[in-house]
Amino acid sequence: MWTRASLIVSRLRFALFRRRVDEDMRREIDAHLELLGDRYIRSGMTREEAYIAARRQFGNALSVREEIHDMNSLPWLDTTWQDLRYGARLLRKSPTFCVVAIMTLALGTGVNAAIFQLVNAIRLRSLPVEKPQQLVSLRIDQHGKGRVGRGQAGGVFTEPLWQEIRSQQTAFSSLIAWGNEQWDVSTDGEAVLGRGLYVSGTFFDALGVRAQIGRVLTDADDRKGCGEPAAVLSYGFWQARYGGSPDVVGHAIVLDRRPFEVIGVTPPGFFGVEVGRAFDVAIPLCAEPLMRGQFSGIGNRAFWWLDVMGRLKPDWTIERANTHVAAISPAVFESTVPPSYKVEWAKNYTAFTLTANAAHAGVSGVRTAYSTQLWVLLGATGLVLLLTCANLANLMLARSTARAREIAVRLAIGASRGRVVRQMLSESALIAGVGALVGLLLATWISQTLVRFLNAGTARIFVDLSPDWRVFAFVAGSACVTCVLFGLSPALTATRRDPADAVHLGSRSSTDGHEAVAIRRGLIVVQVALSMVLVIGAALFVRTLRNLGAVDLGFDPNVVVASVDLRRTTVRPEARTQAFAEIVARLGELPGVRHAAETLIVPLSGADWNGRIVSGGVVRDGDVHFNQVGGDYFRVMETPLVAGRTFDNRDRPDAPAVVVVNETLARRYFPHVDPIGQTFQMDLPPGAAQPTYHIVGVVRDAKYLRVREERTAAIARFSSTESSAMFLPIAYLAISQGTMRPPDVRIVVRADAPQRSLTGAQGAITRAINDVAPGAAVSYSAVTSYIDALLVTERLIAWLSGFFGVLAMLIAAIGLYGVMSYLVTRRRIEIGVRMALGAGPGMVIRMVLAESAALVGAGIIAGVVLALVAARYAVSLLYGVTPADAISFAFAVAALGFVGLVASWIPARRASRLAPTVALRE
Amino acid sequence: MAKGRASDRTDVLQGTLDLMVLKTLETMGPLHGYGIARRLEQVSDDLLKLNEGTVYASLMRLLHRRWISASWGASDNNRKARFYAITASGRRQLTRETENWGRIAGVMARLLRTARS
Repeated sequence: MWTRASLIVSRLRFALFRRRVDEDMRREIDAHLELLGDRYIRSGMTREEAYIAARRQFGNALSVREEIHDMNSLPWLDTTWQDLRYGARLLRKSPTFCVVAIMTLALGTGVNAAIFQLVNAIRLRSLPVEKPQQLVSLRIDQHGKGRVGRGQAGGVFTEPLWQEIRSQQTAFSSLIAWGNEQWDVSTDGEAVLGRGLYVSGTFFDALGVRAQIGRVLTDADDRKGCGEPAAVLSYGFWQARYGGSPDVVGHAIVLDRRPFEVIGVTPPGFFGVEVGRAFDVAIPLCAEPLMRGQFSGIGNRAFWWLDVMGRLKPDWTIERANTHVAAISPAVFESTVPPSYKVEWAKNYTAFTLTANAAHAGVSGVRTAYSTQLWVLLGATGLVLLLTCANLANLMLARSTARAREIAVRLAIGASRGRVVRQMLSESALIAGVGALVGLLLATWISQTLVRFLNAGTARIFVDLSPDWRVFAFVAGSACVTCVLFGLSPALTATRRDPADAVHLGSRSSTDGHEAVAIRRGLIVVQVALSMVLVIGAALFVRTLRNLGAVDLGFDPNVVVASVDLRRTTVRPEARTQAFAEIVARLGELPGVRHAAETLIVPLSGADWNGRIVSGGVVRDGDVHFNQVGGDYFRVMETPLVAGRTFDNRDRPDAPAVVVVNETLARRYFPHVDPIGQTFQMDLPPGAAQPTYHIVGVVRDAKYLRVREERTAAIARFSSTESSAMFLPIAYLAISQGTMRPPDVRIVVRADAPQRSLTGAQGAITRAINDVAPGAAVSYSAVTSYIDALLVTERLIAWLSGFFGVLAMLIAAIGLYGVMSYLVTRRRIEIGVRMALGAGPGMVIRMVLAESAALVGAGIIAGVVLALVAARYAVSLLYGVTPADAISFAFAVAALGFVGLVASWIPARRASRLAPTVALRE
Repeated sequence: MAKGRASDRTDVLQGTLDLMVLKTLETMGPLHGYGIARRLEQVSDDLLKLNEGTVYASLMRLLHRRWISASWGASDNNRKARFYAITASGRRQLTRETENWGRIAGVMARLLRTARS
């Protein structure tokens, strides 16, 4: 066995030096023959006799040299190399076909590989850290109950929970915790937000991440109190901001106006443990109170902002760790119950259990958010690739027909069928191989463009798109599959014919067997069917996008949002309310500004504040979403007031607490009565002030969290009882009545003229703000960009599927044109006879079109069936259309019917113009 | 192409020739192809009538298996010639083959002796 393998190795070794070996052998043999000849001459023969005798004694020198030549290689290697060279020569003779085939295949493979690269980066890749298979992420199983307190998106644990888990667990050799945050990394002027990470001291050590320069944070840096807070930069941030200069170590970096000492930089390629997110600066957990002040999460049992991962001990499995953390859960949660919790909340809390989940590919919000979309796109690109293969198969079939004579001769003189098929396949292999390589290059560019497209909104997605072995394997795999798909069938068909028939070929009449014709017809049906699926998909997704664009938001999103932060100013906390009110008044007076108002939460920005309300002494079921707004808010957002009034000067901190609710809240919690004058309280922990809110006004429903609000979990619970749950119940509190004001607020501003953009006025707004509060940090965003960010995937899919649909129709049209021309040529004699017998051109055209209509019709029907099956899978991506949407299907049928007509028109006309005498002369 | 189609007989013949060449190199030390052919002719008392070209095919096979090594040198009449020498693993193979042959020869002899009676 081993000798066999080592023999093969030897042969290959010698194969490299084959020419020299052959040369040496030739010289040796020549010398040998000369010596033999000399011996015979010495024994008395003449020169000629000696020559002959020597050769007789030696044997056939040429066959010996041949035998030795053949020994120095593997047989199949030889023939394959031969085939490839022959294939290359054939392709060089038809450069247009070669280029067209390679480019179409490159496009198909490239697009496929691009989507797969995204799938790989988001789902499949392991984290670029040490031994990622040992990583486990911890989660909380809430058993259907909610968490009470303050939460950050992505925050799973509180800091006390983290400490408790740390002290009680025994399954992990190390545990890490991190929290996401954004800080202003600018030193003056307009705020520049950087992506930040709070990390536990164990973070870099446990992941095995070493510093590129300087050092990384260790446990020693994460002591409570945090004497000298240190910061670690990411490689990308270091390059972008400091130009990769090594003296950044020891320098200070200012985060939210607080200085930190830069101690090191992480290596390139490390982006954290969350796929889809990257960081710019990381600081230790102990520095969090410095940044968040009174809103700090350290020691706060009801602020959920940390995420936790662990590295398994060497002999532990994930299942064992899962059991272990479930077992320690009661103790962990019992000892961290927030003191402010009511009995019912505490009961739910202590019933929580911890779970351990595999995390070798990191954790990811992006993963779940985009998973269906990516699979749908991968499916679509797969269809496009199949289409290109079908087209190429037709082309290869045509080529093999042209070579029919050559193939017949080969078969006749004894080549086995397999050998000829292999030779034909080598041509396909070359096309597939080169096409795949070019496709791989395209893929990187395409996937980068896709990610840039996704990042156009405020969604900052970061994925590591560098190709790894999976991408290469995928491309290699598709090359093989495509080669077989479009090369094998034509090759097999071409060699199936009886050589005798082929040799008798006339110069122009087609003698393709029935099989070849049937295959070509079948390929057209397949192409039309696949195109149908893609066009229907495109229609569905485009309609979805249009429906989403026309959704009634409940307000006009063309407002500018100015975020004002007073931390760097001299304004005292008690004076903040007045400062903000003054700013709003000033802004209202600016030319071009019609209204301005404060708001705590900007709709569709992703921020949320929810809780339950108590009315009639009873805690009401379901979550109400809250906001705190200034009086002019509804005027700015152009949300109509339906009843009562909005906030005004009456609503001072010492006056009774007032609230404005939306229609959904009124309908759900105060049905059949006039909501004005009703009261409720918020379901707050005991001990906190419990103001009674009086409803003074009702406004029209408006979107709060998402454009597709019906997807919010809270609504899902009510959807069975309500006919159309499109809006959340919202209660607006008066910002003028707020007591403890945070240092930042958002101000929404509406311009005078409806379409007037306020970007130019940003400078004036900043100046006005700084007049009132010098040193305030101001940053701008727009609700329309929040919406764009929310709809970015729908836009991406609509555009891509539209592009694929058009591409598919084009490919199908070209294929149909080619096949119809071929079929017409085949029927030339029949057409000639008919015309000679009196058929007019119109009838000929009808004949040809009928044949094409049959093919296209069959394809359309097959396509409709396929689409009905496939569309069901993508139902979560649709909005306002069902998977069996009649309009989309009808549109697709019409489009492909039209394309089929146009593609067959030219061959039909050409057929009708045939002079019968010419046709019959064949 | 011999591979895959060689009859067992050809393989046995090839193997035997390889053994003879190997033994020659062990006894005589490094030799060139012509020298090996002459020695074989001498040892077999001219009974073995093989085509001398097959020696070179045999040498190539032995080179593949690394039982011999090759180097360029000068022959007796100062012509440039390639000399082949047995290697350590070649010697080991030779020992193995010799034992094998001995065993087969013994068995055959006994068999044929008994058959005669």
